[in-house]
Amino acid sequence: MITVNGELSPWREGLTVQQLLDEKNFTFKMLAVWIGDNVVDKSRYSEAIIPDGAEVQVIHNISGG
Amino acid sequence: MANAPMKLLAEWSYEPSKIHRGYSRKTLYIGLGNKDGDYSFEQRPVSEDMIEKFTGGRGFGLKLLWDAVTEKTKWDDPENEIVIAGGPFCGITQYPGAGKCYSVFLSPATKQTYNSNAGGYFAPFLKFSGFDAMELQGKADRPVVIFIDGDSYKVSIFESTLEDINAYAVSEELHEYFAKDEADKRTISVISSGIGARTSYWAGMNFSFYDVRRKAVRLKQAGRGGGGTVLCDKNVVAMVVKRTHFTGLENDPADIGVIQRAGASLHKRIHDLDDRQCKMRSAGTAHLTEIMDDYSLLPVNNYKFGRHKDIDNISSESYIKLFTQGMADGCWYGCSLACAKAVDHFPLQSGPWKGKEVIVDGPEYETAAGLGSNLGIFDPLWTIEANFYADHYGLDTISLGTGMAFVCECFELGLINIENTHGLDLNFGNKRDIMELLHRIAHGADEFAIAVGKGIEVAREYFAEHYGADMETMKKIGMVCQGLEASEYRCQESIAQWGGYFLTLKGPQHDEAWLIFMDMVNKQLPTYEDKAEALFFFPNFRLWFSLQGLCKLPWNDIEPADNGVKYKGIEAARVPEHLQNYLDIFEAITGKHLSRDGMIEQSERVYNFERIFNLRMGKGTAKYHHAPDRGLGPVWEDEWNERPEYFDGKLREFGIETEGLSVREKIDLLQKRRREQWEMLKMAVYKRRGWNKNGIPTLATVRRLGIDYPEVVALLEKHLKPEDEFED
Repeated sequence: MITVNGELSPWREGLTVQQLLDEKNFTFKMLAVWIGDNVVDKSRYSEAIIPDGAEVQVIHNISGG
Repeated sequence: MANAPMKLLAEWSYEPSKIHRGYSRKTLYIGLGNKDGDYSFEQRPVSEDMIEKFTGGRGFGLKLLWDAVTEKTKWDDPENEIVIAGGPFCGITQYPGAGKCYSVFLSPATKQTYNSNAGGYFAPFLKFSGFDAMELQGKADRPVVIFIDGDSYKVSIFESTLEDINAYAVSEELHEYFAKDEADKRTISVISSGIGARTSYWAGMNFSFYDVRRKAVRLKQAGRGGGGTVLCDKNVVAMVVKRTHFTGLENDPADIGVIQRAGASLHKRIHDLDDRQCKMRSAGTAHLTEIMDDYSLLPVNNYKFGRHKDIDNISSESYIKLFTQGMADGCWYGCSLACAKAVDHFPLQSGPWKGKEVIVDGPEYETAAGLGSNLGIFDPLWTIEANFYADHYGLDTISLGTGMAFVCECFELGLINIENTHGLDLNFGNKRDIMELLHRIAHGADEFAIAVGKGIEVAREYFAEHYGADMETMKKIGMVCQGLEASEYRCQESIAQWGGYFLTLKGPQHDEAWLIFMDMVNKQLPTYEDKAEALFFFPNFRLWFSLQGLCKLPWNDIEPADNGVKYKGIEAARVPEHLQNYLDIFEAITGKHLSRDGMIEQSERVYNFERIFNLRMGKGTAKYHHAPDRGLGPVWEDEWNERPEYFDGKLREFGIETEGLSVREKIDLLQKRRREQWEMLKMAVYKRRGWNKNGIPTLATVRRLGIDYPEVVALLEKHLKPEDEFED
């Protein structure tokens, strides 16, 4: 398991950031993704592998309206 | 000009005050008498205390209105005023978004103070004419047009001869009437409302500007709260300001270089990043529709549902195809964000201008949702037509959309029937009959349409009294609070946004705080204290724009590319580099240093003053901070059944086993628990804001903020009770 924004979420071997975003339907463009204390560059979403037990933060930068 | 020349009723000349460091330090007072033709004019000084305590814009508006009315004044009393004010930033051309002004008045809809903003040219021209604010008081004895001539320093009142009082007709006529030639039309801005203002409390004020590329008048709206209804009640058809010559240095700033550098940096950022971020230049705020749908936040069928299979019909791509592209939006100089989209050559299918080709300003997101998905309509052409007529008639598209959505649900529930609606089948998605209702509301065509046009709170009383509709049901489903209809976000799943809507000064308008993603998706506000902190900071930060004459959009609808990774947590949502720009520019204009804390304190003064003003008008206590059931969760079984697993999970978070429970029982349990959460949120927020348990600012708060004027203290002492104090 991993946590995504503090909530438990299933993990599988080879899970990438992009796959996680797709599964969560996080379609918003202005995202910042952190695995632990490390920021994942947007260009690496498809190749960045999320390890088991990781604390992932997907921050939607919108305080809009 | 099609209408007859206008007869001059009164005229006044003044000596203009030169603007220095962002202020002219003068306001304009126009008295209309009490239907007796006793017109009067004054140039009034702005005190240092007023600048220090109220800053400008909405702050000036509230202070001037406070001085003009008493606790007994009603919205339609002659004492009520419309105050229009920009602020120290207003009129600068080097940084985007500096053409805003606020209109402040006692509202027919909310029966307390309201403030509504519009961009464009009126506020800069008013300021360049020598006034930090204008007050309009009294009632004219006949329909009038007020003309502030900032070129010859005269204010005139004319007897209106305008036959069609709808906004596009009035604005087009008056640009023509007061301009010397085609080029001169851009030196004019007109405020008008429309025929809807005669009977509806939803009438806003349209602010015109002349689009030189299209050679046409366009409109922006200070739409909410019924300012147009007040204008109409004063028998004012239009207010016009004209100012021909001005430069980018009119504000006489202390350091123009700082403003230029900050502006150049933001222009480059907009140029480089907007297409990859919010697409404001191509789609405007309509870029939000599919995002809201993806996250179940799009209001569908009176906020019952958060998404819809036909979303592609109203997606940003659909609107981008309809909006004219590649043309500057023509709003105030220097705003390269260019969010004011337009549909050109739009052929109207209904109403008094049926068959005519028009320019339609918008729709923005709120209109695309309010006059679209929330009515069960996913046809952008219908929405564009409704948008046009709402503007033309002076009707606020948000209240109109939310109000008609409420009526549609009442109709589907059988609370009202086709006999009550005078033949209209108001099921969600019935485009023909909902459009007809819009026209009937505007024209006050029958008692049903008139009741609807006065807002949900009035309409449900009328439905109960005349049609026997069940009030408790209507209270559950009507998305209204403090007399104001909610704007177009579905807030059920974000506790913090309950506060962003229903713990506000003027009602559920999202201009105080939009915390849904921060709370519901990012999970950055896990405790009530975290939520309360956000509901302290963001309302105050956002209010600051209203003091300065600034548009909020260039703050966070464009961000530095690394904002989200350079700053973590809520700090990223503050967009620190843009926030710093505002502090730097404030100092560069006024010559006064401003810190982050000082910025919040400027706002906090006005925020609390407005809260106390509402207390003075008989509201402003905890009982007016009421959230309808629909705002907190599902009301009917079909809402639950759209996402049964999700809602079952929400109940389990409370430790409730869902096995064996009917959907009705589950809904009741979730509503009960969420109502408890709502009360906890309310107390946490009141405490953080320095208020008591009844939502009233304490004496310590007003003393800390320096707004402990004798009449403020006397009012608070009358209402503050020992039993309402927080323990510590």
